[in-house]
Amino acid sequence: MEQIELMNILRNSGYNIDVFEGIDCVTCLVKKEDLYDFMKFLKTDEKLKFNMIVDVTAVDYPEDRPRFEIVYHVYSIDNNIRLRIKLKVEENDSLESVTSLWKGAEWLEREVFDMFGITFNNHPDLRRILMNEDFKYYPLRKDFPLQGIEES
Amino acid sequence: MSEEKKYMTLNMGPQHPATHGVLKVILELEGEVIQRAIPVIGHLHRGVEKLGETRTYVQNIVYTDRLDYTSAMINNLAYCLAVEKLMGIEVPERAKVIRVIMSELSRIAGHLIWLATHALDIGAMTLYFYCFREREKILDMWEMVSGQRLTPSYIRIGGVLADLPDGFMDRLKSFVDTFDAHVDEYDQLLSKNPIWMARTKDVGIISAEDAINWGMTGPALRGSGVKFDYRKAQPYSGYEEYEFDIPVGTKGDNYDRYLVRMEELRQSNRILKQAIKKLPDGPIKAHVPEIVFPDKDLVLKNIEALIHQFKIGCGGFSVPKGEVYASVENAKGELGFYIVSDGSSRPYRFRIKSSCFINLSALPEIVKGSMIADVVAVIGSIDIVLGEIDR
Repeated sequence: MEQIELMNILRNSGYNIDVFEGIDCVTCLVKKEDLYDFMKFLKTDEKLKFNMIVDVTAVDYPEDRPRFEIVYHVYSIDNNIRLRIKLKVEENDSLESVTSLWKGAEWLEREVFDMFGITFNNHPDLRRILMNEDFKYYPLRKDFPLQGIEES
Repeated sequence: MSEEKKYMTLNMGPQHPATHGVLKVILELEGEVIQRAIPVIGHLHRGVEKLGETRTYVQNIVYTDRLDYTSAMINNLAYCLAVEKLMGIEVPERAKVIRVIMSELSRIAGHLIWLATHALDIGAMTLYFYCFREREKILDMWEMVSGQRLTPSYIRIGGVLADLPDGFMDRLKSFVDTFDAHVDEYDQLLSKNPIWMARTKDVGIISAEDAINWGMTGPALRGSGVKFDYRKAQPYSGYEEYEFDIPVGTKGDNYDRYLVRMEELRQSNRILKQAIKKLPDGPIKAHVPEIVFPDKDLVLKNIEALIHQFKIGCGGFSVPKGEVYASVENAKGELGFYIVSDGSSRPYRFRIKSSCFINLSALPEIVKGSMIADVVAVIGSIDIVLGEIDR
């Protein structure tokens, strides 16, 4: 599938999204409320069939409001095309988990929680994954010092 | 054993030789049957993603070596492809072919470690020495080109570090000529071995549908019968010009994953043969002086070249604002880099998508209902490297 074709399908999907062409793949911005429905549409749509989750991560912009940008990458094996989905969330917001659509999202979402402190609703097992369970900070936030914090 | 829970909890690892590093698996057992497995990772967490935000784009290359340290050069390639895509740099033809040669050597080196340790875990000791004999030859070749055996950092943004030294091609040719026979040798030791088959056949089954849903990539996905390889699906570094097959399994058990990797060793060798024939003359670095280091012999003679090297080495170069995701097929699956640039000389976000991380996350589902001894076989068979999982 070509990027143009994908962009047309997404634009006519009826969701409130912004779609634009990136250097590497099509990128779309979604609203926080629409996330789960939109992801479900991507996975179940007959033409799109985004059957594989590639990555879930976040980017911290401390000066911006909302502060965090969550970035999903999904891939369709049938159509051989990758799509990036982004949305903005505030520090205390929680997102709908996509683990029920793609099981592979389970650990990826745990990592986002561990590193950035963003919580996911309806996640089967939202615990820290790389850091200790009693660790109190979120290391990949920009205000966490590189040398770490002493008492932690 | 606790009364109310009725299951016994057993900690496997973190210091357990069969967990390939420092992986802990908490097993809840009923007799010898696993009811629940919980992998605990992070013992090797170094904060590479955090460190990456504070180092320049050039300095970050050395961190990529230490991800999947059994096949370091592919990691260099994945990172360099991401930065090159972001900057719009085209790499010369000779560098592309050298990159393919190094990628395939890395894949073979990675698969040899897998075969050696997987067989050792299950009890076949001899094969370990056979595999390391061939791996040693690859490490010697890496030492020739970069001075390093495990962490070469040979592939650089815009090309490769230096041209291939004298004698490299001869060594590569003698390796390629003999390697197929060595794979046959491994094959004879294992493929029809009744003990090996008992430990791998019908053990650790995952269906194609589940493997895709878990987001698994690499031989672990192909073993379940999904014909999917990034080298074919989204070719990079000129892979579209090489002829090779993608081996797939049928059932998705340990034995299928074993057969897939054995065939991949042969296919990698086939690509190497084509690359040797193809290798053109020409430059090995893109002509972009702002980002590519000058030649070393110039640096030693010429003050301008010395200043040039110093400037790139210490100050780095600025990368246009934007974001990019680029991935390669490494020995374990898809290794991707998601880089966000704010226009400065350091990445704003340096995200590593690790295939081992996702492949391991499916472990609880794969081993549920099987025996303790099978956990060892399954961990070996999905082939994990903790350096890449914990980052």
